[in-house]
Formats: sequence, C-alpha cells, structure tokens
Amino acid sequence: MPVPTPETRPYWDGCATGELRIQRCVDCGKPYFYPRPICPSCGSGNVEWFTASGDATLYSYVINHRPAPGFEDEAPYAIAVVQLAEGPRMMASLVGVPATPEALVLDMPLRVTFEHRGDMALPVFTPAEEKR
Amino acid sequence: MSNVGVIIAGAAETDEIGRLPNHSALGLHVEAARNAVADAGLAMKDIDGIATVSTPGPVQVAHALGIYPDWLDGTGIGGTSFLLHVRHAVAAIRAGYARTILITHGESGRSRVGAPPRRADPSSPLGQFEAPYGTLGPTTTFTIPALRYMKEYGLTHEQLASVPVAQRQWAAKNPRAMFRDIITIDDVLASRIVAYPFHLLECCLVTDGGGALVVTSADRAAGFPKPPVHVLGTGEASETPMISQMTDFTESQMFRRAGQRAFAEAGITTADVDHLMIYDAFAHVPIYGLEALGFVKKGEAGPFIADGNTEPGGSLPLNTNGGGLSYTHTGMYGMFAILEGVRQIRGEAAAQLDSADISVVLGNGGMFGSCGVLVLGKQPR
Repeated sequence: MPVPTPETRPYWDGCATGELRIQRCVDCGKPYFYPRPICPSCGSGNVEWFTASGDATLYSYVINHRPAPGFEDEAPYAIAVVQLAEGPRMMASLVGVPATPEALVLDMPLRVTFEHRGDMALPVFTPAEEKR
Repeated sequence: MSNVGVIIAGAAETDEIGRLPNHSALGLHVEAARNAVADAGLAMKDIDGIATVSTPGPVQVAHALGIYPDWLDGTGIGGTSFLLHVRHAVAAIRAGYARTILITHGESGRSRVGAPPRRADPSSPLGQFEAPYGTLGPTTTFTIPALRYMKEYGLTHEQLASVPVAQRQWAAKNPRAMFRDIITIDDVLASRIVAYPFHLLECCLVTDGGGALVVTSADRAAGFPKPPVHVLGTGEASETPMISQMTDFTESQMFRRAGQRAFAEAGITTADVDHLMIYDAFAHVPIYGLEALGFVKKGEAGPFIADGNTEPGGSLPLNTNGGGLSYTHTGMYGMFAILEGVRQIRGEAAAQLDSADISVVLGNGGMFGSCGVLVLGKQPR
C-alpha cells in the first residue's frame, strides 16, 4: 500500500473521493504528474491542484505473467502507462477489459475509475465509450 | 584541471560467476578486488581511492580490504554505476585527489547471500505511484516502453527476438557464459511469456558474481603487466526514477546525451568504433542504445540486428561476451560490460575480435534511469 507524504496527500485524498487530482503550474500553465512542489517545466514554485478530466489513452503496457505478491489471483494482468487528456502520463492498472494483446490496443480511449484498497483508493483505467 | 591521460591498469572478475550460494555480496567484492589488484601487479596498499555502489558502500569495502583510501565515491544509481565510477576516477586522478583507484562490484543477485532487500520504500514516488499496480522488478517496468516503440517504428516480435539470437552466437564462444547453446528466433518466441511482449529468452539472467578495475594515470602505463586500456572519453546522464515518467518511450535521451559527451571528448565518430557493449537487461535496450549512440537512425536498429550486423563476422560486434542475456547479469551488470571492453582492447577476450582499437561501453541504471558511456582505446588520444 502506498504511504502518502505531505506533497502527495491531496492526490490520495482526491482518490478517496473519486477525483483524480493532479497539479499544474500557475505561471507557465503546464499540468504535471507525479505530485511535487515545483513545476518541472519552468521551475516555478507557484503551483496548484486541479481535478483532471479522467480521460486518457493507452500509451504502452506489458501483460505480466509473473504476479507480484498479492496479485496471484489476477495474473496475467496488464501494467500500463496511460496518457491523461491533460498531457501527463501515469502508471495504472486496466480493468473491465481482458489482459490480452488483442483487447489492449495502443491509443485506445480510457476513463479513470477507482479501486478501493483498505482505507485508500487507487486510480485505475477502463475502456471509455467512444465520444462524439 | 590537467588533461593527463587515464588508463585501466587492472581488470578482473571473480574466479567464478553464475550460481555462487557460498559467497556473500561483500565476499564477491573482496575477491574481485584482489583479482583486479593482482592483475595490475599491485598490492592492496597501493590503492589510495575507492569507488563502489552505495550498498555495501566504499567504506565497508575498503575496510574489508584493509585499506584506508583518501578518495571515495559511493555513487549507487543502478547497473551503470561502475561506468560513472570510472568517469569520476578520471576526474579525481586529473585533480590529484588520488593516484590509484579501485572500483569494485559484487552482487549475490541470484542466491541473495548478504544482499540488500529489494522492495521499494512505499512512501517514495516509486512506492506510491508504480508499486501499487503489481510491478515486480525490472521485468514488469523496464519492458513497458517496448510496445510503444513497436507501434511507432514497426519493430516486429521476430526482430526483437533476434537480439538474444545474435548474442547467443557470441556466448557460444565463451566458456564462462551461463547459456551457450545456439538458439533460433523460433526458440525465443516459443519460450514462455514473462511480461508480454517479452519472452523468457528476451530477459536477462539473474546471477551471482563480481568484477573490479584499477584506474590510474597513463604516465605509469609501462609499469603494469597488462597492456594499458586508455579511457578516451566518458559521459553520464540521468533521465527518470520511474518508467512511467520517461520522456519519450521510443528513445532514450540520456543514452544520447551521455554518448554525445563521451564521443566528443574522445574525438571519435561511430565509424571509429570497432567494438560495442550496450547494457542488455532486456532485448529492447540494445535497440534503444544503437539508435541513441547514432549507429543507425531511429527505427533501424531492429532490422540492423536481425540482418546479422552485430553477430560474429558482422560489421559492428555487439555484446561479445554474450551480454546480460547469455553471459551473466548479477543485477548491476555494468561492470561486466566494461570488463569485456577491456578484454577486447587487451586482446584477451574469449571471442576475441581481430581488430579492437576502440571499444564503446554504454551502461544503464534503473529503468532507463541513469546512463554512463565510456570510450576505451588501445592507444592514447
């Protein structure tokens, strides 16, 4: 289980309420992930939290056949990196979709959902309905 | 800072590599250190500087060896650390901080005797933002960029499989390599999937072993039993502590930056390179390395390897010890890549090339996290 630090607490608090909160720079406007107190693009300390749309696309992944401790019942499972609509990328699990190369097509649209683990909630992603 | 030349005067591995349940990690450091100092024709008391990774660390290794050096480097940034130690040793010798520097590696990667725990701190960024998704070491993280590269550049599963096939041909010539039987692309694709798209034979070994180097100034080159290996150029760079934050999954910008710096310092281009070592924890890493160092254009490295260019008899001998995929991989493999470069320049490799005047060694640390590049030469610049 993740152990939040002061810098990351708003992220985990957001997850617990079903919101994917990330940060952006007030000065240069660029959103970023993972949580940290300065903007990685321009170095400004003038940063703020906001709630991301929850939309993303599948950037890359592996399908893991050797489960980590605690994941024995889930193998094989996907470990993915998703690209948020706002730009930053993050690691995530994929749910509601078979862990097969046929089902997991790069750039497919995804939508955030939250998996509860004890007192915490973990953002994971699931295939989105095509928009428009 | 003076521009005095620097050489590798001593270089050795532990007596055995592979499965060594009766050796602790520290014991492997000590054995490798003794072998390298003896290879240089020196005594341990001649060593006045030491470098090794943060665990067990230079203080522990020096004390175990019974020496009290005046220069220490504990840079511990994964498997490329030893390449950075060489780079830092060059600077230290030029600055006059030390004269004879010992760099050691020892790791009980397979048997885990006296080895540190592997788990990420759950409050670290890695522990918070990657570990909760069921990662289990490099197999599940270092590998993630590959599918993106395959989509963008059309790299096929067969081309990816050709990387271990090519390297096994080198390993077949090397009695110390753990795996020596020739394999085919079909063999690779028939081996079990570990983390799709990676099959077992596209993942490195996990072994026990060690190696060490003695680095000193080139003006002493005539005083050692072995031919000097000149350190002509070096580079280092960092990129990311987490694979999810790699800038672009289709290229390693840190490989490119460290390589450019090393090549510029050495005054060489890719055309000058006779021999190449690229850290190969997984089959895609040599592909990223070949492109980042400029040997081929982006997207061309897979076909380049599949066409046989890096095999015995090819135009660019790559990972001639068999690499981490076939020779050995203790966890922090970089020392073994340097040692093969040294052996080729000296003319004492198991699969010795006819001509090896310039060898380039590229090391990776973490998951595309840190990089060191060395340009080694038979002659001074």
